[in-house]
Parts: sequence; C-alpha cells; structure tokens
Amino acid sequence: MWAFIHKLGSPKWFYGISAKLQPWFWVAAALLIVTGSLWGLAFAPADYQQGNSFRIIYVHVPAAFLAQSIFIAMAVSGLVFMVWKIKVADMAAAVMAPLGAAMTFVALFSGAVWGVPTWGTWWMWDARLTSMLILLFLYLGVIALRGAFTSRDSASRAASVLAMVGVINIPIIKYSVNWWYTLHQPASFTLTSRPAMPTEMWLPLVMMVLGFYSFFIALTLMRTRSEILRREANKRWVQDLVKDQVEEAR
Amino acid sequence: MTPKRKQKLFVILGLVSLAAIAVGLTLYALRANINLFFSPVQIAQGDAPIERQIRAGGMVKAGSVSRDKESLDVEFTVTDYVDDLEVYYSGILPDLFREGQGVVVVGELQADGRLYADKVLARHDENYMPPEVAQALEEAGYSPADYQAKAAEVGQRLDEKGVPQANEY
Repeated sequence: MWAFIHKLGSPKWFYGISAKLQPWFWVAAALLIVTGSLWGLAFAPADYQQGNSFRIIYVHVPAAFLAQSIFIAMAVSGLVFMVWKIKVADMAAAVMAPLGAAMTFVALFSGAVWGVPTWGTWWMWDARLTSMLILLFLYLGVIALRGAFTSRDSASRAASVLAMVGVINIPIIKYSVNWWYTLHQPASFTLTSRPAMPTEMWLPLVMMVLGFYSFFIALTLMRTRSEILRREANKRWVQDLVKDQVEEAR
Repeated sequence: MTPKRKQKLFVILGLVSLAAIAVGLTLYALRANINLFFSPVQIAQGDAPIERQIRAGGMVKAGSVSRDKESLDVEFTVTDYVDDLEVYYSGILPDLFREGQGVVVVGELQADGRLYADKVLARHDENYMPPEVAQALEEAGYSPADYQAKAAEVGQRLDEKGVPQANEY
C-alpha cells in the first residue's frame, strides 16, 4: 500500500499507471451518467409535492457533492505537496480547480432554477446558499492565485495554503442546515439512516453521484497527464517518449 | 518521515486548526444573525424587533388558512407547535404553500403581535415520495399522526433545552 503511494509520487510512474486506469473511469462515467439521467429524468416517479421539478435533484445533488469533494481533494493534495514536496500532488490540485469551480456553479445554478417553483425565490442569503457561494469564490481565488505568480513554486505554495485554509468552509456547508435556520432543507442522505425517499428515486441518484465521481477521476487523470508532460518537458523520459511517438507516426 | 517534514506537517495542521477555531468562534458569536428567520417561540419571547422587516418561519397551522374571495388577501397562522404567529399577506403564494407546509414569511411585525408579510416563501422537507405513496400514507391515516408525534417531540425537546432546533421545521 505505502509502496504504491510512494510510486504515485513519481511523475513517470503516474503517467504510466494513469494511462491504464483512465479508460475504465471514462467507461464507468459514461454508463452511469447516461443510465442515471435517463432513469432519473424519464422513469423515476415524480414527487408528491413538487411534481417534475423534483428531477433537478439528479443534477443538483451530484454537482454539490463533487464541488465539496474536489475542494477536500485539493486541500489534501496541497498538504501532500507542502509537507512531502510531491510535485504530482500539486499538478493534480492545479487541474482539479476549474472542474470544482464549474461543479459549484452548476450546483448554485440548478439550485436557483429549482428554488423558483418550490420556494418562490431563486436566491436567499441563508447559511447554506451563502457558504456555497463562498466556496465558488474560494475556487476562483485558488485559480487566480496560480495565475498571479511568475514563479511556479510560489504559485503552488500560495494556492495550497488557500486550499488548506479554505477547507474549513466544507463542514460549514455540510452542517449549515443543522446549525442554523435556513430556507434549504436538511440532507436527504446521511451515512447513518435510510435515505428520505423510496428506492426507485434514490437508485438513479446514486448512479448519477457515482457517475459524476468517475467523470471527475477520469478527467483529473487525463489533465494531470498533460500537466506532467508540460512541466517535465525538459526531462529525459518525456523527450524519449515524444521521440518514440514521432517516429511511430512516420 | 524526516523531522523537518514532521515539523512542517504540525505547523500546517496547527495553523489550519487555529483558523478553524477563529471561524468557529465568529460564527458562534454571529449565530443569531445567521439564522434565516425567527421562530414563533422567539417572537413570543420578544426577540424580534417590531415594525422592522424581519423573517419568520414555521409550519402553516392546519385549518388556519382563510382566503378573501374578492382579492388575493390571505390570513394564516404559522406555528412551531408551541407558539403561534398570525400572518396577513396579499399576493401570489408559491405552489408548495399549503396547510402543514413549512414557510418563511418576510414582513413587519406589528405591536399587536401580527405579521404583515410582503413575501411568502415555501420550505420543503428532506422527504421525497411518489404521489401514490403519499396518498396511501394519507389513506392509512399517517400524516396527521405524524404531525402530532412531531409536535410532542418538539415540545419535549423544548422542555429539555429551552430552544427549538432548526431541523424541526
């Protein structure tokens, strides 16, 4: 186990293993998202109160899960980079940020669209919505910090620190609906109790969540690979690799 | 792990925990301002300012909604199963508005204890079910019993703690 983690820190080894893993996650993501969205949008029953607008849950919840998970992943990568100086961790953190920001935006946007018919408003400064908006700004801050330094090392350190400190916002988002009075309802899914909906409603949702996670892993592997090639462009193994491929093409 | 790395790890973890404590204390100090609305209990205790725009939240009391036939005027009672708040509103109600539903009303509290609302927002709970299931539950006589059980539970919790919990609505 530790040997595997140690090897992951080597860009060359990571480049090799990710090539093998990547297709599986793409296939899983495609299958799960296509099946989950068809099932959820067309075949799952409508809600007794909200009717069909309830189906927004099949995009809203996976996007919100991913938005928070990606930030945690970014903070952990930042810690690994700062303490153990593992460059691959920093490359992964760098390529995760735009997807995380996009997912946060999707969660906020789908929530606003959902809020109009159910709540009667698209925005309310309640604790859940506000902390989620702060998460979007944190993502934008991390992305901006990376672009703000000419030295890549300073940029990586600054972005890692912001990600590690910003992770404090994640439990606030998670528990905002329990700690304060909010317009947003408490979580329908918890680890300790049964989901607050019947199986034919939550099964497609679970598929969508797993599909979104597979998509995130596949995309991160793919983008980390190109980041490795870019940052290690002057290394021997990358130059050999490119030379081989050019010769193959001839 | 080399001593240098270990030291760095502890410094980072220490800084993050200090930041977390600072944020936690700030949020704790601001907790009254972060709450989106006052509950009827808080209003009955006199926590809410009078004749200033506030938000109040709770359940629409069963059998309390009365609509004016000529206009959009509507009166209803918002309850947290302990105290009640009378609300007057003139306008279009959200689709989810019904008796037994959670709502947040925005408006001004009058000296006589009524609230004149400018806006009514519906809350919904975390439970989702198909219409047939909801109907079957109702036919089996579950929902009224549910509300009573909930009321008893909230009342008991209030006796123990003195403050209503957010996830009761």
